[in-house]
Amino acid sequence: MTVNRAQRVDLDVVTDLIPANSRVLDVGSGDGVLLELLQETKQVDGRGLELSQRGVNECVARGLSVIQGDADTDLKFYADKGFDFVVLSQTLQATRNPKIVLDELLRIGNRAIVSFPNFGHWRVRFSLLVKGRMPVTKDLPYSWYDTPNIHFCTIRDFVNLCEELGATVEKATALDANGQKIGLSMPWWFWNFFGQQAVFLLRR
Amino acid sequence: MAAQRAARTKDEVDHPSSPVLQFGPDKPLKLDAGTILSPFQIAYQTYGTLNDARSNAILVCHALTGDQHVANTNPVTGKPGWWEVLIGPGKIIDTNRFFVICSNVVGGCLGSTGPASTNPATGKPYGLDLPIITIRDMVRAQAMLIDHFGIEKLFCVLGGSMGGMQVLEWAASYPGRVFCALPIATGARHSSQNIAFHEVGRQAVMADPDWHGGKYLDFGKRPEKGLAVARMAAHITYLSEAALHRKFGRNLQDREALTFGFDADFQIESYLRHQGMTFVDRFDANSYLYLTRAMDYFDLAADHGGRLADAFAGTKTRFCLVSFTSDWLFPTEESRSIVHALNAAGASVSFVEIETDRGHDAFLLDEPELFAAINGFIASAARARGLSA
Repeated sequence: MTVNRAQRVDLDVVTDLIPANSRVLDVGSGDGVLLELLQETKQVDGRGLELSQRGVNECVARGLSVIQGDADTDLKFYADKGFDFVVLSQTLQATRNPKIVLDELLRIGNRAIVSFPNFGHWRVRFSLLVKGRMPVTKDLPYSWYDTPNIHFCTIRDFVNLCEELGATVEKATALDANGQKIGLSMPWWFWNFFGQQAVFLLRR
Repeated sequence: MAAQRAARTKDEVDHPSSPVLQFGPDKPLKLDAGTILSPFQIAYQTYGTLNDARSNAILVCHALTGDQHVANTNPVTGKPGWWEVLIGPGKIIDTNRFFVICSNVVGGCLGSTGPASTNPATGKPYGLDLPIITIRDMVRAQAMLIDHFGIEKLFCVLGGSMGGMQVLEWAASYPGRVFCALPIATGARHSSQNIAFHEVGRQAVMADPDWHGGKYLDFGKRPEKGLAVARMAAHITYLSEAALHRKFGRNLQDREALTFGFDADFQIESYLRHQGMTFVDRFDANSYLYLTRAMDYFDLAADHGGRLADAFAGTKTRFCLVSFTSDWLFPTEESRSIVHALNAAGASVSFVEIETDRGHDAFLLDEPELFAAINGFIASAARARGLSA
């Protein structure tokens, strides 16, 4: 996981998108907080892929089905449509090739759920525009030189990528700085400006 | 002392202190070599009680030089069982809760039919007349033992190294009979390097004049020197360079200075000689040949058209693989390739790599992270299997 755990309001949004008893692959499962939540509340058949060995060992010790692996290199080992849902939670921006990763998610899952921090948020824009500094916020607490987040995008950028990959956006949610959902009736530019995080439900 | 141990080992071959299951001519063991083994016997140990539903059985598969005495005092060495740190009342594999079975592999030398056993056709030890045994043959024999207990589905099959190979073979050959599988520090095939080390060991045994073309028991001899060298070479592969350095460094053995001779000046030499000498008292040299051969022949992908994922197609078994960072006999990559195959097969799989400098043998040692992983995996599988705590 590459952002503050306390800020993971997106987890509830992700959980709401997944029906009970689904088969779920959580890519970037961290210490297993989402998998555990999904198992407890939705009785899912959950699996995880996590880069850090420490995270994996913690997950397995807690009885979760998790393997060590890299989203950039190891998704190719999964079968087509092997899962009902593949979740990539706050990890896309840390992958080396987000486009390939997203393509793989859509291949492995009947649905893909992707959540990411929105780099189009006004605070980010403000930081660059006025302060001339790379933004450091409570959602994105890293300095430019030590951040694992190498591929930031805005909500607009992500929507474009989805179009390029032939993915249909079934549902999208933007969360403001307080973790509140931004009204559905608002236009994309509004989401892109005020959404601090976004959660997309995709299929292809 | 050594002579007593050796005599006890000999006694254990045909008439072990463990319970024995005899398979008569009506129940031959079909072998991969294309022949049958009949009659034959399996020596085994059990711990705990099989529940009414027969759903709480755990099969433990032993490694190359292990035996069925996994959680009781070994009758030959007088030492604790080889996995007593893990298995027993109140332990991580709790024998108050689970029914644990461990059997000596076919080809072994502690009571299951092997090259030292008496060939009923000749009244003499089999020696090299015993057909070559494979990992699959061992597992087939274990399945016959499990049948005897009336167990349709094992809750768990676990083991390390050669034991891990048996676990994988169980999951591939009897997918409906294994609820969860825990292969540790193992591979789906023996690598070229591993075969090479085994060949060195076998050649050491065969080069000993006391081997007598495999008929040493007929001559009242044993190729102790050859087997000891084989064990010394193998033992190095069970440790890591870092662990050897940590334990022994270049320390001298009971002396202040080099002796300018070929005596065991260094502690590591003395240690290896001791390992070699104690091993020959408890193990049959021909058994060593057969079991190393079984590991060499193991190639699960080759048995399934060259694609490892096909060995596990449609499996419902839950897997947890464990490797150790300093294990150069079965490096993490071996486990990882199994994990990828299981992913491709859509299997439920966990995979833990444990950081340790203790090498391959780490699976036999008190490794807290190993125990945490096993504990988490078993506990969650037991819940899924509906086994009460």
